Amino acid sequence: MVSKLGKQTLMFTGKPTITGYGTVAGPKEGQGPVGSYFDKVFPDMILGEKSFEKAERKLMGTAVELAVEKAALTNEQIDLFIAGDLLNQIITANFSALRLGAPFMGIYGACSSFAQGLLLGGLFVDSGGAQNVVTATSSHNCSAERQYRYPTEYGAQLPPWSQHTVTGAAACVVSATGAGNTLEMATIGKVQDLGVKDPFNMGGAMAPAAADTIFKHLEETGRQPGDYDLIVTGDLGKVGREMVLEIAQRQGVDLSQNYRDCGELIYSKEQQMNAGGSGCACSALVTLGLLFNQNYKRILVVATGALHSPTTYQQQENIPTVAHAVSINFAGGGN
Amino acid sequence: MNKLLSDQNSYQNVLNQKMPKPNLPRNLALSFVVGGGICVLGQFIQNIYINYFNFSPDRAGDPTITTMIFLGGLLTALGVFDRIARFAGAGTAVPVTGFANSMVSAALEFKREGYVLGVGSKMFILAGSVIVFGVVAAFIIGLISALI
Repeated sequence: MVSKLGKQTLMFTGKPTITGYGTVAGPKEGQGPVGSYFDKVFPDMILGEKSFEKAERKLMGTAVELAVEKAALTNEQIDLFIAGDLLNQIITANFSALRLGAPFMGIYGACSSFAQGLLLGGLFVDSGGAQNVVTATSSHNCSAERQYRYPTEYGAQLPPWSQHTVTGAAACVVSATGAGNTLEMATIGKVQDLGVKDPFNMGGAMAPAAADTIFKHLEETGRQPGDYDLIVTGDLGKVGREMVLEIAQRQGVDLSQNYRDCGELIYSKEQQMNAGGSGCACSALVTLGLLFNQNYKRILVVATGALHSPTTYQQQENIPTVAHAVSINFAGGGN
Repeated sequence: MNKLLSDQNSYQNVLNQKMPKPNLPRNLALSFVVGGGICVLGQFIQNIYINYFNFSPDRAGDPTITTMIFLGGLLTALGVFDRIARFAGAGTAVPVTGFANSMVSAALEFKREGYVLGVGSKMFILAGSVIVFGVVAAFIIGLISALI
């Protein structure tokens, strides 16, 4: 069953479990410091497909296949597929659902979709609405760039606060029974707008949403940052992470010890990705790849999303942002 | 109440302090060297047209620009141009090679949407405004020069 803590936080009492997960990445992510943890790394961006959109679809499809396989399930045993991506009409998720053939709900939380999917998956499983839920997210650097910014071969000098959209996909099977890390609690974020308009400065735009969700989570659960081995935000990058630390300091919350950001972790300095990585796959790949292979007891994953569209920023509107948090208990790590 | 979560101005002020500053001297030097290098190459090609193909110095500009546009397009298609531009910044953007890159990159990008709805209509997605405002500016300047 699900119980509610405060206004935004849910507690899963039935231990919805991540019984399988798949991580698939592009070449640059494969060469990065997290690269060796991924299930599959593709050597190029097009993946033998006819378009980058189809390539992204292959990324998500492969991640879903791997997750279902690792959970020792068949596609027929999947009660619900919840997925989202960055492309218009979440088209990658739609086509992936067609291929999987399970009942489907598409979600859009931009890069917060990873946590949003897990949260909803946990909710369905914990409420008895489903036995096995597959959640998936993907992003592809080239398909995202052409939709949000410039053609891929266009020569532009990016500002040092810009981030690189991660190419990859990840999927989780959330089940009512089985072995694996369990979803413990989830905090649903509110949309924030602190006036950032620059679409290159996504970290700066999203930091307040991340900070607000972290504070709400701690407040409503009565926990301290130290109760987690790690608090990790999705894709704030260098600038966004510094802003979260600054906001936390003024709030009197000490995040200096155990707070990291997936966008900073996914690429090395030598890869010259300016402020770091971004995209739906960023938080998913780092969490499932790197973090799930560490010896933690409990982590808090705060996936952050910039909810703007190319149309609204061209019309000079601010970038609305959101962050959803999921706390995960590690198997073997006790409670 | 935490001002950084409630007041847009306070947030912007702190954010501006945290933003890494672009390395202006390096960027300026690189754009000067690369942009200048492209112009030297252009001059070299122009001299070839004058000395070996019997173009008059007045007319040699046309085939030179065509050659530079071709080179810009070729380097874009080979996937090299964007790498040079990442370092050179305005050095590659300002000369005519940058214009070629903006059109060829768009044409390549939207090829998969077909020749009519893709290449034909999306080719000007970046260069279109340059053409529009270039023509408008030329018209106004032409008008002024005719009146003086």
